[in-house]
Amino acid sequence: MIAIPFFPGTNCERDTEHAVRKLGFEPKVVWHKETALPSGTKAVIVPGGFSYGDYLRSGAIARFSPIMKAVKEFADNGGMVLGICNGFQILLESGLLPGAMKRNENLHFISSHEYVKVINNNNSFLSETNIGELIQMPIAHAEGNYFCDEKTLKELHENTQIILKYADKNGNEKNLNGSIENIAGICNKTKNVFGLMPHPERACESVLGSSDGTKILGSFLKKAIS
Amino acid sequence: MRATVNIFLKEGVLDPQGKAVHHALHTLHFDGVKEVRIGKQIILEIDEKDNEKAMEKVTKMCETVLANTVVEDYTIELAK
Repeated sequence: MIAIPFFPGTNCERDTEHAVRKLGFEPKVVWHKETALPSGTKAVIVPGGFSYGDYLRSGAIARFSPIMKAVKEFADNGGMVLGICNGFQILLESGLLPGAMKRNENLHFISSHEYVKVINNNNSFLSETNIGELIQMPIAHAEGNYFCDEKTLKELHENTQIILKYADKNGNEKNLNGSIENIAGICNKTKNVFGLMPHPERACESVLGSSDGTKILGSFLKKAIS
Repeated sequence: MRATVNIFLKEGVLDPQGKAVHHALHTLHFDGVKEVRIGKQIILEIDEKDNEKAMEKVTKMCETVLANTVVEDYTIELAK
């Protein structure tokens, strides 16, 4: 069972459910007022959208929803959690991942297909990719400008927690939204909580422009079930 | 009592909105502006008469939810 919590304003829960099912796993969309994850939950994917209209800050209010307490407990016990876009923002706000998001440097809502480069693959999310490999996925966000202080950045490096960076099609890093060191995705120190701004669930069918998402999402789900 | 909370990105953290407005001011020939920083103001009407207790309460609100202290600083002003 893959739990997909959703909040008022979440809008990617059906896409995520579809992608999880297509990859051969059993998804369950869970309303934010639930106080527990479904029994047999093997992984949690916090989907994208605009929980609580992004009021105050993206993810700031959703993190206090009852279901997030259960997600935090699940993660603290080693459970695998993936946050996509607004889901990533919620995980940052809830302290499950270090750092914070700022408005994109150019202040635009950026909606486009982009490449990200694998920086570290010693984790269950990217273990089926090679370092330097490019993954094409859509991005759609206004607040993806990742920020953390120098001490945190040093820790991210030391513990190989920087997993994805924005790049061009030739693999050269590019600064898409102002993110520190072009960061597009990170994980926690114990490598069971992951967050990324691009949408792998929207890149699971070639008819949608890319099926690169299947590789990383599939690997995450396989590891979670095993 | 009224508590006014001002929240800004920390000093030294690039403020994209402030930068854009600064640029706009410059384009409109409003010269001599050294820096623009944009924040938000939250006004709370709270049921508390004691300044110290009010300050304690609002500080807790700021630390818990109103500000994200990873990137933001806040100030609190109290007025009866």
